[in-house]
Amino acid sequence: MDAIVLQVLNGLDKGSAYALIALGLTLIFGTLGVVNFAHGALFMLGAFCAVTLNTVLNISFSTIDPVKKDFLGNPLKVETPYIESWFGPELGAAIIDWSVPISILFAIPVMILIGLCMERGLIKHFYKRPHADQILVTFGLAIVLQEIVKYFYGANPIPTPAPAALSSSVDMGVFLGFDAGSIIYPYWRLIYFCFAAVIVGGVFAFLRYTTFGMVVRAGMADRETVGLLGIHIDRRFTIVFAIAACVAGLAGVMYTPINSPNYHMGMDFLVLSFVVVVVGGMGSLPGAVAAGFLLGVLESFASMGQVVDLLPGINQIIIYLVAIVILLTRPRGLMGRKGVMEE
Amino acid sequence: MFGLSKKDGTLFLVVIGMTLFAPILLNPFPEGSELAQFNAGYPDLMQRFVIFGIFAIGFNILFGLTGYLSFGHAAFLGVGSYAGVWMLKLLTMNVVPAIMVSVVVAGLFSALVGYISLRRSGIYFSILTLAFAQMSFALAYSVLTPITNGETGLQLALDDPRILGVSQVNGSIPPTNFFGFEMRDGFTLDIASWSFTFNVGYYLCAAIMLIAFYLSIRIFRSPFGIMLQAVKTNQQRLRFTGVNTRPYTLAAFIISGMYAGLAGGLMVAMDPLAGAERMQWTASGEVVLMTILGGAGTLIGPVLGAGVIKYFENIFSKINDNVLYNWFSFMPDALQDAFVFMIHPFIGKGWHLTLGIMFMLVIICLPGGVVEGGQRIAKLFRRKKSGPADSGAASLPNSTPAE
Repeated sequence: MDAIVLQVLNGLDKGSAYALIALGLTLIFGTLGVVNFAHGALFMLGAFCAVTLNTVLNISFSTIDPVKKDFLGNPLKVETPYIESWFGPELGAAIIDWSVPISILFAIPVMILIGLCMERGLIKHFYKRPHADQILVTFGLAIVLQEIVKYFYGANPIPTPAPAALSSSVDMGVFLGFDAGSIIYPYWRLIYFCFAAVIVGGVFAFLRYTTFGMVVRAGMADRETVGLLGIHIDRRFTIVFAIAACVAGLAGVMYTPINSPNYHMGMDFLVLSFVVVVVGGMGSLPGAVAAGFLLGVLESFASMGQVVDLLPGINQIIIYLVAIVILLTRPRGLMGRKGVMEE
Repeated sequence: MFGLSKKDGTLFLVVIGMTLFAPILLNPFPEGSELAQFNAGYPDLMQRFVIFGIFAIGFNILFGLTGYLSFGHAAFLGVGSYAGVWMLKLLTMNVVPAIMVSVVVAGLFSALVGYISLRRSGIYFSILTLAFAQMSFALAYSVLTPITNGETGLQLALDDPRILGVSQVNGSIPPTNFFGFEMRDGFTLDIASWSFTFNVGYYLCAAIMLIAFYLSIRIFRSPFGIMLQAVKTNQQRLRFTGVNTRPYTLAAFIISGMYAGLAGGLMVAMDPLAGAERMQWTASGEVVLMTILGGAGTLIGPVLGAGVIKYFENIFSKINDNVLYNWFSFMPDALQDAFVFMIHPFIGKGWHLTLGIMFMLVIICLPGGVVEGGQRIAKLFRRKKSGPADSGAASLPNSTPAE
């Protein structure tokens, strides 16, 4: 039993990332009808927002310590981040330590801006073009964004640690009534899951309980009629695009301590997120979220030792296998609506 | 001629001429000159041009004609490569069985994938093919290691049986050959300061490419090809008229899978090793880029696109800052630095960025790819001269995009 709980927990963090990216993809698809292959790149850009903030906070000046000497007997140079000299060593160090959560504040405006520029500058011109063209142009954009990041940050993963207070693990076994030590789970993953849950809840609440959300939902159902009622639906949809970009970016920001970001992390996630969206059903927001968590957990179960012994290689292909089976048995995905992406 | 219309015949003749004289055409700059690094006429790269040309021609038969966007075509190329290497290991170093078996195996595999994937269309089809390709990639890396040799890649060994040939010659693996002609053989022709290399392997690939190209023209112009175009235009209406489209799309899928297998087989015939990374989805993305860049649905487009991308990958990526400094050496130092600084991100290792930007521009401005660009230029010329301008038309022989 504890083994099963452990696998579920293990699957949750990846599942959260899938769910968040898939949520954004579905939002864009449901509103604008655009298949956005650059969504993984937005996830990656979010992660690099965190990297950037971390780097900026760590900009230091060096002073010569008159007391200490290094091993050659020369005066020791001490690097002090500017932030520590401004806010005092303790607060400064704390700010640097908490750079990843702080970068959420930094990433929100950045990602919204990127989303707005992308929609107004590029995607807007592709509403009337075939889906294949949309896929291809956003695919090209993803390559470009990825290469720009590679140019500035290099090809190697950049470790961006979680705050020291949260980098240890929690013994979940005690909480859940199993033996102590049976389920050791890193705090950060738990936080990531909660964060994802909050974001998903926020997006759903936003769509459900605000006037803006109501208009957007109406627009998803029948864009033309909403337009005829005198509502400037295009502008709302632009904002939805920005929100979706922001969701992907935040997913990326919080993911940095789990996996050091590199320039192609977006592509790796994109492929799986598309599978998630399709499994969940194109255009269905709850479907995307459910399928994200489902596939994350399934992937984690498939990588259990016993399962791999029984079916070697299953951990590598489980997601694709599930996708194929679901697409063939339930052509619209788990919760797909009728008439979305059908000829 | 060969059962082709006059226009297609001319196009085919031009392509024949260009491939046969490629070693000369691609080496326009004399050895040792500043521009010699832009020469693409060395065997390895020329082989890649034609092999990826075949791959893209095959992809175009599916995407260009039926509009089904497959994101998993590299899997067929990979499967073909593995099959080819196994033939070289088990049978003989003659490349003929290797190539034939690659085509057959890739065809069978694509029949299986196509049979399942073609139940859906649009993005669902793309995702299904992607899923199959990623599955093959993951399996080739992990579980199928006995067949694929996992991360190391499948290579020839001295103790391979090669029952129809010899296992080893003087303690080394014999080179791949075509009935005695070794693939790496060739001769170099030196004229003044130019040096042209004619390579057996390239000419074998080129001959096969020409056959493949000819077949693709015939397919494009056949009733079958017209049926496929009807599928692209309006599948639903076609169904209403009582046509079952599935056999047509499946046939197109298998044909393009076999082209991919042929490309894979030729790849191992030239360089007998196969790795799983050939099946990764980025490799599938590359062939999509090639086809679109050249012009999807046109005859010559995919070959052009393959040439452009491979040229960029191999030549453009070699330009470094020193070369740039040389070019701008006539400028004052500050200006020179500024120019090099500005161009630096786009060259050398950054060639992907240039490729991405180029690709986006093509999609945005020229949905018909390089071929459409050529047609527009040709049209401009024609309008200016207000008469049948041969120079414009000759630069772009294919003015009948199959749409």
